[in-house]
Amino acid sequence: MSTNGETLVTIEDLRVHFPITSGIVFQRKVGAVYAVDGIDLEIKQGETLGLVGESGCGKSTTGRAILQLIRPTTGRVLYSGADLAHLSGSALRKQRRRMQMIFQDPYASLNGRMTVGDIVGEPLLVHKMGDRAQRKAKVRELLETVGINPNTLNRYPHEFSGGQRQRIGIARALAVEPNFIVCDEPISALDVSIRAQIINLLQQLQREFGLTYLFIAHDLSVVRHISDRVAVMYLGRIVELAENSVLYEAPMHPYTQALLSAVPIPDPAAEELRRPVVLTGDVPSPVEPPRGCHFHTRCPAAREGLCDVEDPQLKIVRPGHWAACHLITGDDYPHIRAGENDVAVVDDVAEVDGTAETPAGEGGETA
Amino acid sequence: MSDEERREADELRRDGALEPEPEMGLHPAAAGAGASLASGEAAAGYFGETLMIEQQSLSGEVWRRFRRDKFAMIGLGAIIVIILLAVFAPWIAPHNPLTQYNDGITMQGMPVGSSAKFPLGTDTLGRDMLSRILYGARVSLFIGIVANGFALLLGVVFGLSAGYFKGGTETLIMRMTDVMMAFPILLLAIALSTTVFSKGGVWLLVVVITIVYWTPMTRVIHGEVLSIREKEFVDAARLTGATNRRILFRHILPHLVAPIIVYTSLGIATTIVFEATLSYIGVGVQPPTPSWGQMISMGQDYYYTAPQLVIYPGLAIVITVLAFNLVGDGLRDAFDPQQRRR
Repeated sequence: MSTNGETLVTIEDLRVHFPITSGIVFQRKVGAVYAVDGIDLEIKQGETLGLVGESGCGKSTTGRAILQLIRPTTGRVLYSGADLAHLSGSALRKQRRRMQMIFQDPYASLNGRMTVGDIVGEPLLVHKMGDRAQRKAKVRELLETVGINPNTLNRYPHEFSGGQRQRIGIARALAVEPNFIVCDEPISALDVSIRAQIINLLQQLQREFGLTYLFIAHDLSVVRHISDRVAVMYLGRIVELAENSVLYEAPMHPYTQALLSAVPIPDPAAEELRRPVVLTGDVPSPVEPPRGCHFHTRCPAAREGLCDVEDPQLKIVRPGHWAACHLITGDDYPHIRAGENDVAVVDDVAEVDGTAETPAGEGGETA
Repeated sequence: MSDEERREADELRRDGALEPEPEMGLHPAAAGAGASLASGEAAAGYFGETLMIEQQSLSGEVWRRFRRDKFAMIGLGAIIVIILLAVFAPWIAPHNPLTQYNDGITMQGMPVGSSAKFPLGTDTLGRDMLSRILYGARVSLFIGIVANGFALLLGVVFGLSAGYFKGGTETLIMRMTDVMMAFPILLLAIALSTTVFSKGGVWLLVVVITIVYWTPMTRVIHGEVLSIREKEFVDAARLTGATNRRILFRHILPHLVAPIIVYTSLGIATTIVFEATLSYIGVGVQPPTPSWGQMISMGQDYYYTAPQLVIYPGLAIVITVLAFNLVGDGLRDAFDPQQRRR
């Protein structure tokens, strides 16, 4: 996992809005789902960038929009200089050789009507790499690399287990020798016993081929294990981005603090003392995201007239540590802890000016 | 596991489909590498993963399940017999279907009942019923299969384009099917066959039926494509740089085989009934070419005195249609065993 600091992928103000239409012949737009709502990100050569967040926060959409599987509404995706968002047709197909994806569901991501050999060999065929014999040799080599018996290339996906299918999916992604791979929850659909193997395989392949990963997951401990840097998403935006150790040890954004308090600690003594913070209210609908900071409706530290009005920018709060929160100034930031009934409250109220508002939400509780 | 499932598993095992032995596993070298990767702990997991079922093609599996369906097999047998009878009608039929026999009609001008010479009796013009029914099978099957083939072709082309490209293409095609479906089908067919296609003839009937029947096929294919195009393997194919054509024909079309086969066999049954209906009301196959619907139409005036004029061609229609429907249902179950249990 050597990072030479060079940027491989730059994402600028990426937005994906799915229109909600009505009408049969003449469809008119009546609204939009703001799935991804302005993301800036730099992915460095050779690193693993973890992307975490709750279900529905737009992390998978972000991954797909980067690879142009979903065309972004606005924004740029620069891959070694070229803007993918404005490429199409054969120009885009050529760029696709350099970036691939590993999918969540190994049962849906392999075409059940094609043999394993055809699945792994298709990218080679599409890009006209080598002749028939060379391609076959390459497919065998790829299968061996991911730990699948190369003699099984005439078999169909349904004859393999979930873990083996995921390995076949990885072999397909490697076929075109990409630099950059988006791993979209690659282990979420697998048995717990298989997860470690796939994670280890991914790490081994990264060392071997110098791959760069965008690792999307909702499992915080897995992300901690595999990532160099971690970005936290909430409702279509990145709220915090930092080195792995920094983010997990000293999170600054109130949402990250609440999120991390929900992670169990594998030490009985410490786990005994852990008090998960409970945020009040539900995640707002991405159809009508709140004005200002998207998190202000649930943030115990939110300040009226500031957080519900102005969009916080993702800015450097410490070297290599970005956060999008109005209340982080210098070394001061809102400390979130579990108060009465585990409901989140702000500690050190004085530090943040003494005017912090705690939303009086007695309604639904979500962890 | 329900009883049925268990029984099925037993049967599969007996057929040698489920191999209890782990017959092939991971590459030994890879398993070793994996073990070292996962610092030994995963070794058990590796061998847990190695259970495999013996290689089996989809068509083999479908045939195995289809074979167990008694009614579908009866239907298939009936279809084969009907097709053979139709193809070999000139050799099987005892008489020329168009010849009016003097001894095929009584002094009162009535058709005669079954006899050694006319096994199923004669019709009102003294023609041999058996021969006419055999020749009628040729007409029904020809129209059923050919018209359905064309409807299928249009349905696949339009359904695929509408479902895959979406946008304007989809709106245009699917609204067209809505308009077609809003039309009273029978009236449309009557109008077409009395005006534009008033010359009659089997081919013109094929055209009429195709125009009427491409819509349901288009809708079925469109719906299937909509669900398949969202599958992750289609995304994966797009990511490898595959062209639209490749995705359509290599990734989506193979998944349409099941609905296409099922709806075609069911559609043939519907088409045969439709042809009979048109011929019955006199706008379909024109006399003297024998067709089952037209035979019923001619015989209905003699319903009391000579019911065989209506019964035999009616039976021919019922048996043929039933056979195709049984096979269609059987195929649907065979392609999707989950559906039946639900």
